[in-house]
Amino acid sequence: MTLPTLSRANVAALAFIVAMTAGLLAAPLFLKTYGVYLLSLWALNTVAAIGLNLTLGYAGQISLGQAAFLGIGAYAVAILMKAGVSFWLGLPAGVLLAFAVGLALGFPALRVQHHYLAFATLGFNALVFLVIRNEEWLTGGNFGIRVARPELLGHSLRSGIDYYHVCLAVLAVTALLVWLLLRSPWGRAFACLRDNPIRAESLGIDVRSYTLLAFAIGAACAGVAGAFLAPLVNFIDPSPFGLVPSIYLLLMVIIGGPGRFFGPFLGAAIVTLLPEWLRVADVWYLVIFGIFVVALMAFCPGGLLAVPEKVAAMRAARRSARGSAAGQAGARP
Amino acid sequence: MAEALALADVVAGYGQSTILNGLSFAAEAGRITTLIGANGAGKSTVLKTVFGLLRPRQGSIRMHGEPIGGLEPRALLARGLVFVPQGRNLFPTLTVRHNLELGGTTLGDRALLRRRMDAVLERFPRLRERAEGQASALSGGEQKMLEIGRALLLEPKVLLIDEPSIGLAPKVVAEVYALLRGLAESGVSILMVEQNVRAALGMSDAAVALEQGRVGLMGPAAQVLADTRIKALFLGGGLAAAG
Ligand SMILES: Nc1ncnc2c1ncn2[C@@H]1O[C@H](COP(=O)(O)OP(=O)(O)OP(=O)(O)O)[C@@H](O)[C@H]1O
Ligand SMILES: [Mg+2]
Repeated sequence: MTLPTLSRANVAALAFIVAMTAGLLAAPLFLKTYGVYLLSLWALNTVAAIGLNLTLGYAGQISLGQAAFLGIGAYAVAILMKAGVSFWLGLPAGVLLAFAVGLALGFPALRVQHHYLAFATLGFNALVFLVIRNEEWLTGGNFGIRVARPELLGHSLRSGIDYYHVCLAVLAVTALLVWLLLRSPWGRAFACLRDNPIRAESLGIDVRSYTLLAFAIGAACAGVAGAFLAPLVNFIDPSPFGLVPSIYLLLMVIIGGPGRFFGPFLGAAIVTLLPEWLRVADVWYLVIFGIFVVALMAFCPGGLLAVPEKVAAMRAARRSARGSAAGQAGARP
Repeated sequence: MAEALALADVVAGYGQSTILNGLSFAAEAGRITTLIGANGAGKSTVLKTVFGLLRPRQGSIRMHGEPIGGLEPRALLARGLVFVPQGRNLFPTLTVRHNLELGGTTLGDRALLRRRMDAVLERFPRLRERAEGQASALSGGEQKMLEIGRALLLEPKVLLIDEPSIGLAPKVVAEVYALLRGLAESGVSILMVEQNVRAALGMSDAAVALEQGRVGLMGPAAQVLADTRIKALFLGGGLAAAG
């Protein structure tokens, strides 16, 4: 009975995915090198934000340390490649390392929540940043490390468009895996953790393991993004992995709509691409962006994807208010 | 008669404050035992402590003779002790079916879970009709039935249920009570918390009145209901409001 509505929503989502994929594949025809680079960056930021959305949006654990995991993935690949290891071996190593460190970062979350957890994760990010910057023998410090583009099945990915396709594939695979996870009974329990941990515990959901895994899987996604980011920019230094990038990643999730599957896609687009479009506005860019974020949070804290629902709810409220006012006045139409 | 649950000198509380202060009582197997007491007397705290959401500082808690004090909810669920907390306990954005499924988290066996779910939906036809709809679209009574149905998924031996009648129309309360009565007849031991003293004691076997973290009065439900001291225990008008 409810099947038709279900499939209608599915059809809409499918149509959206097809249109988005077509648009993304066609985009390089209309873009210069820099535009293709920006879209690659968007894809990887989205991957990292999808991870944070799982941690924050679905499991309800605030994290201000997501850029640190990006850094762990990027530096793992860069350091291993410098030592002569193939990118395709460095990649799983970086992702596993991010997963393991993410698991460890989950432990404070078992003890504290909200702003305490925010500061615990922020402190963690500061720590990782300092290690990257100061352990010059390993990371090159502020001088950074050069990273070459990898080869795929003997085909060099030096071309921007080829690497862009790789980034899109990484995004598609990550999104698919997270989607499958979230719609499994196992993944639904993440949302229970966010809605009400006591309620979840009363049902026998292993709140401890879920909290740890929410961090670990979120971190692993950032590890994937970081591993592909290093060859994208060809050179890494500590700056993209500090506190400010972490806040931008958080902003991507919040702006798009935490706990919504396509939220990170939209949020990453706005945070990554808007600065470029608003470049004409120069110094005013940050002012415009700041006002936009403040207005969004005040008007619709559920993020951009929640705006249609919010508008519909406001319309309905206005209609019913008008209806009751008319009823009281009696004769008014 | 066998004791499903037995508390002896239990002390428990939150942080610095002590709410249960040497509480001792037993709930007999296959019976409905109802905990009553003023607002804030600690009724919910008793259930939370038995269910392991709160660790007892002292004393012992036994289920069918075995000590369970300090065990986590997961371990208790596996032993057949389930808890339906006060208020609304569904996940409103999930469907009825998915809410129900969450009750089987500790079952671990997909085929068994599916069989049990079918059995519960068989028992509650109204839930079966709405199985694919959002849980938040159910009426208050249907939501309570879903919560109880979800608890039954584990085929519990002992059911803890906190104020099942709250916010429900009298007719729906009667339905919920009839369901609980039926469960007790089929051998499930029930420890219930209620504010609605008259109606609740009318369908219970035994009653325990809490007073300052201890038992103020305890005995067969009819006897407790008839006791004049019960009025003194509910200066706030618990009984007056119920009658
Ligand atoms: N999580 C908590 N942290 C601190 N104090 C709490 C907590 N939960 C309850 N209390 C306090 O413990 C006391 C007993 O609360 P409890 O919920 O057990 O009462 P109750 O008898 O169930 O009341 P009600 O009829 O209102 O449900 C109250 O004084 C309450 O303020
Ligand atoms: Mg209570």
